[in-house]
Amino acid sequence: MSATLTIWVMIVLMAIGTFLLRFSFLALIGKRELSPRVQRLLRYTPVAVIPGLMAPQIFLPELGESMPDPAKLIAAAVTLLVGVWTKNVIAAMVAGVAVLALLSYLM
Amino acid sequence: MPSPSSETPNARRAFWRGYRNALPFVLIVAPFGLVFGVVALEAGFTVSQAMAFTIGTYAGAAQLAAIQLLTEQAPLAIVIFTALAVNARMAMYSAALAPHLGQAPLWQRAMLGYFMVDQTYALSAIEYENRPRMSLGEKVAYYMGVAALVWPTWVAASLVGVIAGNLIPDWVPLGFAVPIAFTAMIGPMLRTMAHVAAALMSVVAALLLSGVPYSLGLILAALLAMGTGALVESWMVKRGTWT
Repeated sequence: MSATLTIWVMIVLMAIGTFLLRFSFLALIGKRELSPRVQRLLRYTPVAVIPGLMAPQIFLPELGESMPDPAKLIAAAVTLLVGVWTKNVIAAMVAGVAVLALLSYLM
Repeated sequence: MPSPSSETPNARRAFWRGYRNALPFVLIVAPFGLVFGVVALEAGFTVSQAMAFTIGTYAGAAQLAAIQLLTEQAPLAIVIFTALAVNARMAMYSAALAPHLGQAPLWQRAMLGYFMVDQTYALSAIEYENRPRMSLGEKVAYYMGVAALVWPTWVAASLVGVIAGNLIPDWVPLGFAVPIAFTAMIGPMLRTMAHVAAALMSVVAALLLSGVPYSLGLILAALLAMGTGALVESWMVKRGTWT
């Protein structure tokens, strides 16, 4: 598949899949309830996927390197700590980008 | 979007109450939309692709996850499966809102479904709990009031991000923008020890399993992390430390 076609197929499938997840229980008119066990698992989907998605980007060395990039490690640590402290995604993002920009300027 | 003027005065009031209550979220949704637009541009999306994606899926974290995996050359099935896993919480929102909105006509339920995001769910769930005597029409109107602010903000910010992305100077380290954006999302998610345990398991397992082909390691790590979160939660419930 060409890259363009892959992107369009992804766009369509993501739209359909996401809509079905959202519509799921509204479509059933509240006739069925989600078991507490399933709810308990679903509660953790974002926090189970997102850290694992970005961990290799931060902790594993890039191709041809033997060590992870210390600037990225520091920027990621600052981003995480500001996020934990402020509970504000945007504040954490700004802090992380600022630290990364500063470190790549200095190094 | 149904015009609030065609409804009863109470529904109209509920619509505007939802709109007003959503105002603080503009400060979260708009910058996030900008980030998505810029990242999509960097990943080689055209303007029409980025906008079709942002309007069709309308879920920022999942969109960024999909772009990240696409740039890592992960197979399409893995891209879709992982990004949809980020959205699986929407099924929980849907189940939580069904007792309130389940009696609406099918077309309205489909529309409510499309507009379901963290903000519409969270604000509506709080409102319905605080005002148990709201009619179905008022509940739908309130929800759509939230959506009437959040959706245009998201779409407009994405568009500005795609268009303005070219103007960002080279010294801004955009290559690392997605990991920073994701890391920024993690902090506020760590509400309980169960969330912390799930996040730690996700990181450790994803690193250990990073050699598994087709990015399947991430999916395995996510499943292990979900189980870990649920397990720690049930321990905390038993010990009475779960709020």
